Amino acid sequence: MKLAALGGGAVYFAGLAGCASADAKTMAGGPAYDDFYFVQLSDTHWGFSGAPNPDAKNTLRKAIATVNALEKQPEFIVFTGDLTHTTDDPGERRRRMKEFKEIVADLKVKQVRFMPGEHDASLDRGAAFKEFFGDTNYSFDHKGVHFIVVDNVSDPGARIGDEQLAWMKADLAKRPKDSPIVVLTHRPLFDLVPKWDWATRDGAQAIDILMPYPKVTVFYGHIHQEHHHMTGHIAHHSAKSLIFPLPAPGSQPNRTPLPWDPSQPNRGLGFREVEAEPDVAQYKIQEYGVTKA
Amino acid sequence: MMITTRRTLMWRALGLGAVPLLAVLGRRALAQGAEPQVVKVVAKRFDYTPREFRVKAGRPIVLEFTSVDFVHGFNMPDMNVRADLPPGKVTRVNLPASKAGTYDFLCDNFCGDGHEEMHGRMIVEA
Repeated sequence: MKLAALGGGAVYFAGLAGCASADAKTMAGGPAYDDFYFVQLSDTHWGFSGAPNPDAKNTLRKAIATVNALEKQPEFIVFTGDLTHTTDDPGERRRRMKEFKEIVADLKVKQVRFMPGEHDASLDRGAAFKEFFGDTNYSFDHKGVHFIVVDNVSDPGARIGDEQLAWMKADLAKRPKDSPIVVLTHRPLFDLVPKWDWATRDGAQAIDILMPYPKVTVFYGHIHQEHHHMTGHIAHHSAKSLIFPLPAPGSQPNRTPLPWDPSQPNRGLGFREVEAEPDVAQYKIQEYGVTKA
Repeated sequence: MMITTRRTLMWRALGLGAVPLLAVLGRRALAQGAEPQVVKVVAKRFDYTPREFRVKAGRPIVLEFTSVDFVHGFNMPDMNVRADLPPGKVTRVNLPASKAGTYDFLCDNFCGDGHEEMHGRMIVEA
């Protein structure tokens, strides 16, 4: 993996076995790509209240104001799950989704992609999420990059499931092998910390399906912190949350939220901007805090 | 916590085992004359009772789960064993005779606000 720290906390991530051949193909008259960037927000847990974030009613709104204040607006925005905090009450679940949707409607950028986390979807297998946000898995294209949204949360057992895996395989089969592919999902597809439930039960099958494609990168949430991992040539990047940070993977017996620090409000929270350079499948990641520093 | 050593119960448990490999290991231990240890565990949102229990090393283990309110999960990653725990029945999970140590387990079926706190520990004593 190539990783080079740049000014302002931005880093480039690549590590793609197909980089050299992709360069050669482009230079030889292959497909030309435009660079672009998108913003990833994750784990907003709207409806949460508790000591780990005494400002929970305002954090999301503050983050949206920060996104809106970015000098150059992203071409689209993705929310990688746990939009709302779970509740047993189906009416309350829908109320939280409605409020979340109203709040994020203030984003200047109107092309917004949503996907569920287990807090949104696991107790009703995605029923309420679908009412408000549409399908839980889908794909779309943007300037030559193929994005696949994988649902690994509607099954409370964290399975993608055979049907969705078959869809994923068929969807990829329509693409040239060297297409730039970005997977957006909630849980890590690999076994990050199984004893903390930081895994996808059949995630290895998804990675097997992705492995023949040389230009794949995964962006996910769930673990409430920035983390970077390689499975073969596939890079996996998790995002910070907008509710409370969790401890480093496996660093302590339990995954209890890190305490709120009144002297450093919003510490460990934030969102990221991802600048895509599709021709070389590089992604420059710039992390931002909840509020502008 | 209740721990019993009933050979007949173990044979029945092996017949219902969730993990064939572990069942084979359990039979092998039985064939060597080791008495199984049976631990009864109740799974209820968002806790296991007992949350922590002790067993002896070198003897097979049968965990008897009763779930009262949800299809909870049981996942013990260090032994590579998991099972669903549907309510209304006893789910038996066979574990092989193990070395001394601590083995953490968790509910891996999302069960609500508090799911992240639903975990436990088996301590195997020499």
